[in-house]
Amino acid sequence: MKIGMALRELHRSENELARALLEVSERHRVDHDVFYLGRELASWSQAHVRALADAGSRYDVDLDPEPVTGQGLLAAARERWSDAVGRDPRAALRLLVDVREVYTLACGVSVDWELVAQAAQGVRDAELLALSKACHPETLRQMRWANAKLKESATQILVS
Amino acid sequence: MSRDAIAAPWGTRTPYGRGEVWPVRVDMHLADGVTEADVDRWVQSASILHSNGDALDIAVKDGRVVGVRGRGEDRVNHGRLGPKDLFGWQANRSPDRLTRPLVRRGGRLVETDWDEAMDLVVRRSQDLLAEQGPSALGFYTTGQLFLEEYYTLGVVAHAGVGTPHVDGNTRLCTATAAAALKQSFGCDGQPGSYTDVDHADVIALYGHNMAETQSVLWTRILDRLAGPNPPAVVCVDPRLTPVAREAAVHLAPRPGTNVALMNGLLAEVIAHDWVDHDYVERHVVGFDELKEQLATWSADRAADVCDVPVEDLREAARLVGTADRLLSTVLQGFYQSNQATAAAVQVNNIHLVRGRLGTPGNGILQMNGQPTAQNTREAGADGDLAAFRNWTNESHVADLARVWNVDPMTIPHYTPPTHVMQQLRYAEEGSIRFLWVQATNPLVSLPELHRVRSVLSQERLFLVVQDIFLTETAQIADVVLPAATWGEKEGTFTNVDRTVHYSGKAVEPPGEARPDLDIFLDYARRMGFQDKDGGPLVHWHDPESAFEAWKECTRGRPCDYTGLTYDRLQGGSGVQWPCNDRSPDGTERLYVDGAFWSAPDYCESYGRDLVTGAPVSQTEYKALNPHGKAVVKYARYVPPHELPSEEYPLQLTTGRTLYHFHTRTKTARAPQLQAAAPEVWVEMSAHDADAYGVAEGDLLEVASPRAAVQARLRVSGIRRGVVFLPFHYGYWDTPSGHEPDGGARAANELTVTEWDPCSKQPIFKTAVARVRLLERGDGTPSAAPSTTASRSVRTGPPATAGGPAAAVEEDVRARVAGGAR
Repeated sequence: MKIGMALRELHRSENELARALLEVSERHRVDHDVFYLGRELASWSQAHVRALADAGSRYDVDLDPEPVTGQGLLAAARERWSDAVGRDPRAALRLLVDVREVYTLACGVSVDWELVAQAAQGVRDAELLALSKACHPETLRQMRWANAKLKESATQILVS
Repeated sequence: MSRDAIAAPWGTRTPYGRGEVWPVRVDMHLADGVTEADVDRWVQSASILHSNGDALDIAVKDGRVVGVRGRGEDRVNHGRLGPKDLFGWQANRSPDRLTRPLVRRGGRLVETDWDEAMDLVVRRSQDLLAEQGPSALGFYTTGQLFLEEYYTLGVVAHAGVGTPHVDGNTRLCTATAAAALKQSFGCDGQPGSYTDVDHADVIALYGHNMAETQSVLWTRILDRLAGPNPPAVVCVDPRLTPVAREAAVHLAPRPGTNVALMNGLLAEVIAHDWVDHDYVERHVVGFDELKEQLATWSADRAADVCDVPVEDLREAARLVGTADRLLSTVLQGFYQSNQATAAAVQVNNIHLVRGRLGTPGNGILQMNGQPTAQNTREAGADGDLAAFRNWTNESHVADLARVWNVDPMTIPHYTPPTHVMQQLRYAEEGSIRFLWVQATNPLVSLPELHRVRSVLSQERLFLVVQDIFLTETAQIADVVLPAATWGEKEGTFTNVDRTVHYSGKAVEPPGEARPDLDIFLDYARRMGFQDKDGGPLVHWHDPESAFEAWKECTRGRPCDYTGLTYDRLQGGSGVQWPCNDRSPDGTERLYVDGAFWSAPDYCESYGRDLVTGAPVSQTEYKALNPHGKAVVKYARYVPPHELPSEEYPLQLTTGRTLYHFHTRTKTARAPQLQAAAPEVWVEMSAHDADAYGVAEGDLLEVASPRAAVQARLRVSGIRRGVVFLPFHYGYWDTPSGHEPDGGARAANELTVTEWDPCSKQPIFKTAVARVRLLERGDGTPSAAPSTTASRSVRTGPPATAGGPAAAVEEDVRARVAGGAR
């Protein structure tokens, strides 16, 4: 049985998404909605990571329940950088690149949740299926947010 | 009889019972020495200093405005006027009105003529269009122009310039009302009517200090409270407002917890099964999901999060859950707070699960803040597509392109309209290089003023300000265009409950000041905007022809004006849209029998995610709501982003007072109003004042992580742990002019740059703060009014009064048979 592997991969991809969202948030703190929503949406992935660690124990995989936090010196440095370049239009291009990365990472997480849900049905693990049903819609919302932010920003950034 | 309208702002009671007609009481104030017999003529109009739409006639003598009188036959106010209506007109003839265009030369604003000023604006527009395209130009308008002006502006900006950067300061007052209505009903448009006050047995006011913001509507409620079988009032507000003082239940939640409160109320309503299952089955989608999600909520949990007594919360739930006729109103306490749209939507949800919408007394009033905000929204001057068309529905864009006779590609619908906070960001990074501001004052009214000043005063930004006074914002402009105002121009406007009023021209504008409509028409002509056949894009030439063009744009849309004409509006007094062949007398209530405007091919909006703000797609919406029902949506509670800490232990909320409007450009120039609230103050509870060892009149510094302001203390009935600052006070009447010099006083120095993800309305009510004593008072009380929410809870401060200068004649008449409803 390879469910443990799937959980490990999902745990990794959720952590990566959380990290990307936190970085986007820190790097673009002068884009205030990105700053706040990046942190908010990262907290969803962080909660998923905790829940997955719990589920992993039933499939003999040891997953760290502590999600990435994005705290530390590096983060503080990125925040200063963000304030300094707030008036530089090149920062806007970076926003597109960063949010695009969030979108693609969230797509990966979404696929991983689908794989886990399929497996959960195969082994009739109602608890794992319920977890997928609770978390996967949030992943889809993270995707839609990133997609909407890209659409909203792209024209101004690319034609200005 | 005569009364002091400053000391007694709501006037004499005319009690009436449930289902009866609100009696007429005609209020009048004329300049000193002028009597009714002296007046040369009366010119029909309505109030421009709040959103209530009080109908009045302007008194003219010797070519000057000399006073106002309420229109007894009007459905909105039945003759009554509030203090701002009665005295605000004096600002029109203030000696410091702008009378000539100004341009910046050598760093100074100097007078010029219209040709040179408009030529500058046009040349800059054309240069930027050639160099960068429409994305370089932004428009930031107001909630105080007339319908015809907004429509013209919308056409000019969307189809002429072709920019998506169009917004109004309605973003600060009413964006959440529109967003919440779109979420629940698929379309903007106020479901209720003011006449619901006449029928209600429970009236719930959510974050709505109606006594001060819509004082005449509050008078209507006071008259019901004084009559037989009065309604029970439920008040949600952290301050002890006049509304709270009349309430059967007053909930004063911790700032930022409105969604928790609403989830608690809804959980109680559902737990007691105060639900109309038949209505829900036939007319609502989303109920099962709502019910499932609310299972984690209870009165206890909500009371805990909000820090309110659980028995009060239960009693409030019982009142709204069992009312025979429930009227709900919502305003800034929800709209300018954490999770604005999510909270306002839950008020709609209560009505939808109770299933009585569209019947007398069962209305929802998602209020507006400004007199013509409804028109900003419907005409598209807030960035939306004209006449509630749907940005993301290609057939709506094509239909609008047909009306305007332009190629659909001309209309920028590839992205949601750019709200003002995002426009500010684009100006900050340098991609918006031209911003045209009309009749609003962002240098006082937007959050985090240091940032606003720094962005708008950049050399690389060309700032045009169109206004009637040299406001803080006008002082830093590159071009200032002097505008005519209410009473000096003709047009129509629409209030909160969809009542359309005609407003006539009473006098000439001062100097070379021009109606805003004429300025837009001039710009369109000079820019040479054309339709796709080479004809003029803006083919109208005066207010009435603009109104006729607007009517065609609304044909078949929810805000249908096709049944109205200038003649009809002048012959009567106030008609509610939609008014068309099917409803020739207007429409009192929307959504009768569950008939919504939410069908996928007709609705204005498919909605947004309440937390992320991401738009719902057409495909998703069709799957969710194929048959055009109302939508109930659960919202998860998310705490405010700034929470009290050791360093900033208090929460700051900002707001209004009865006697001022916005940044006091008009009300400070009306002596009675200015005297009633002459300078800024800060409110603390008695508990906090004692804890800090401070007293009435002490000068305090109030600081947030962004800045500090100074204000004298009023010990009021506000919730513990919360301080309040009125947001009206800027710098135009201080020596420094447009920014603080030493001690700052504008509340928005302290507020945070953040907005609701759904409505994009800035959040003014959840910043953190700390206070410290700067200087003991000398016994002189603060300047806070005693008649309002700022009333002292201690003895000492004298009662606010206006004296003989504030005398108003009241004519309480017998009921008019078949009169105003």
